[in-house]
Amino acid sequence: MSSAASQRSWLTPSVVPGFGMTMGFTLVYLSLIVLLPLAALVVRAGGLGWDQFVAVVTAPRAVAAYRLSFGAAFIAAAINIVFGVLVAWVLVRYRFPFKRLVDGLVDLPFALPTAVAGIALATLFSKNGWIGSVVEPLGLKVAFTPLGVMVALVFIGLPFVVRTVQPVLQDLDKEVEEAAASLGADRFQTFRHVILPSILPAAVTGFALAFARAIGEYGSVIFIAGNLPMKSEIVPLLIIIKLEQFDYRGAAAIGAAMLAASFVLLLVINMLQRWSRQRMGG
Amino acid sequence: MVIEVRNVTKRFDTFTALHGLNLQIQPGELVALLGPSGSGKTTLLRVIAGLEFANEGQILFDGTDAGGRHVGERRVGFVFQHYALFRHMTVFENIAFGLRVVPRQRRMSDSDIKKRVNSLLSLVQLDRLADRYPTQLSGGQRQRVALARALAIEPRVLLLDEPFGALDAKVRKELRRWLRRLHDDMGLTSIFVTHDQEEALELADRVVVMNQGAIEQVGTPEEVYDSPATPFVYEFLGNVNRVPCRIENGKVSLWGVDVAAETHDGATLPAGETAGFAYVRPHDIELLPAGQGEPAVVRHVAAAGPTARIEVSVQGVQPLIEAQLSRKRYLDLGLKVGQQVAIAARAARVFPASASPGPPAGPAGL
Repeated sequence: MSSAASQRSWLTPSVVPGFGMTMGFTLVYLSLIVLLPLAALVVRAGGLGWDQFVAVVTAPRAVAAYRLSFGAAFIAAAINIVFGVLVAWVLVRYRFPFKRLVDGLVDLPFALPTAVAGIALATLFSKNGWIGSVVEPLGLKVAFTPLGVMVALVFIGLPFVVRTVQPVLQDLDKEVEEAAASLGADRFQTFRHVILPSILPAAVTGFALAFARAIGEYGSVIFIAGNLPMKSEIVPLLIIIKLEQFDYRGAAAIGAAMLAASFVLLLVINMLQRWSRQRMGG
Repeated sequence: MVIEVRNVTKRFDTFTALHGLNLQIQPGELVALLGPSGSGKTTLLRVIAGLEFANEGQILFDGTDAGGRHVGERRVGFVFQHYALFRHMTVFENIAFGLRVVPRQRRMSDSDIKKRVNSLLSLVQLDRLADRYPTQLSGGQRQRVALARALAIEPRVLLLDEPFGALDAKVRKELRRWLRRLHDDMGLTSIFVTHDQEEALELADRVVVMNQGAIEQVGTPEEVYDSPATPFVYEFLGNVNRVPCRIENGKVSLWGVDVAAETHDGATLPAGETAGFAYVRPHDIELLPAGQGEPAVVRHVAAAGPTARIEVSVQGVQPLIEAQLSRKRYLDLGLKVGQQVAIAARAARVFPASASPGPPAGPAGL
């Protein structure tokens, strides 16, 4: 009895009812919404044959696009983890006029159509734009360069870090900071040794979300990137170009390669998160 | 270290938490701040620690004003109610924290830190748990880690906020005795906050009874228990019968004793007849065979233990009256539920009804 129960422990009655039904629904839903399209993608890419698949996926233009997509997404997410934590900190810790407004502003990149964001950013950073006209004479060209891609990705990724860190910061026990202060720690030491380790798992989650979002971002980037092959062309754009040339299999192949890379990266980030959470002792 | 609280007033927005308090604490004393929730006891502790700053008045440490100094500079060991341990650090690192954040020039060497932490670990009897994380410890163990962490910086005074509040009864009792021994061994001036009168009376050298941001009475446990200064102290320390009565010309005759009514705030008693309350401890009540005094009826008997607790009803008195008799006396009387007896008081204190505090007696909420 007991061995049977332990073997099938997930089938034993639980206080939370409805496991069978909700699990079934979850699996069906995930299959329909996520797995089925992805499977279609892989099947389509499989039509190429292995040699051709490798050739398409490792073409210099494709490799340059991966480098830009993943590199810019990573840097943008890294920038967001710093400033996102800062914004969350300010929103949680201080009282200031129009705080609700600022808080709402953070979500704007979520809501704004990405094309609108892209056009706005491109206008701002172009040679005649408000920012572009200032920084370009200094030798810093943003619009229509990889740097522009990064700027767009920073813009769309910010809310992810802020919104994951904010609740954790809010729940942080004030007594813990007071304890650190009473033991002689200054503000910096308290932040470095007490607060930061507490919000790190949430910040890593925010990083992962911002990163994932940035890899797939299309709308805002194409307006500011300039889209020069080998230079400022992102992977989603490359896929679109292939589609427009009716090269469906090539598009699917690059899509599949990107899928695999994203999955591996997110898996690594997930493991990192688990590790940091365990370090927190639960 | 002598701690002096001088005219301290603390306001939060519109609410005044402390009303011009004065208090002096002698070196090596163990003092309890006792009061219901909202009485300002925790606020006072935090003002002494430097976690809050008083709007008016001073905190003097050995005669020098500590007012401008931040909590980290006061060298106080503060033990928080919910321990506030660093969850991502091991027990060892928690205790070492205060030693590691010292500026490099004054910091002790790693091996000295290790020695100090290990000796603290054995002091709080947690040697084997040095590598555990706080979430892997029981409440009592966490409490001891918090204590060791506070002691690591060699504080001049130890401040404990509801140190036993979150523990179950048995652990609480053990830890209480252990803390008392520790205090005696180290001779450190200590102040702790509690809402548990039994805890305060058992543990402290002196008890400061607080109510609504003011100090009601300061004294040894015997003093506050045997001669409460105000009706509030009577009510809050509990274990007392409150009997409504009539005061006539400043006197009450209750169950065979004549008691002079008193006022705690120096006000004069109203002339003539007025309503009042008599406070009678259960052990100051004697039960006699029926007919020898004020009639009463036995309603409940709890005779397990060294003393017997008898509840009797007296005509015209609302709650049941509790009497405490020695076991022998109880057996001699042969008391049974429903039996007619007579009640007599050996001592009582009487206050006019106008001096009576609002909230009834009993343990205050957490």
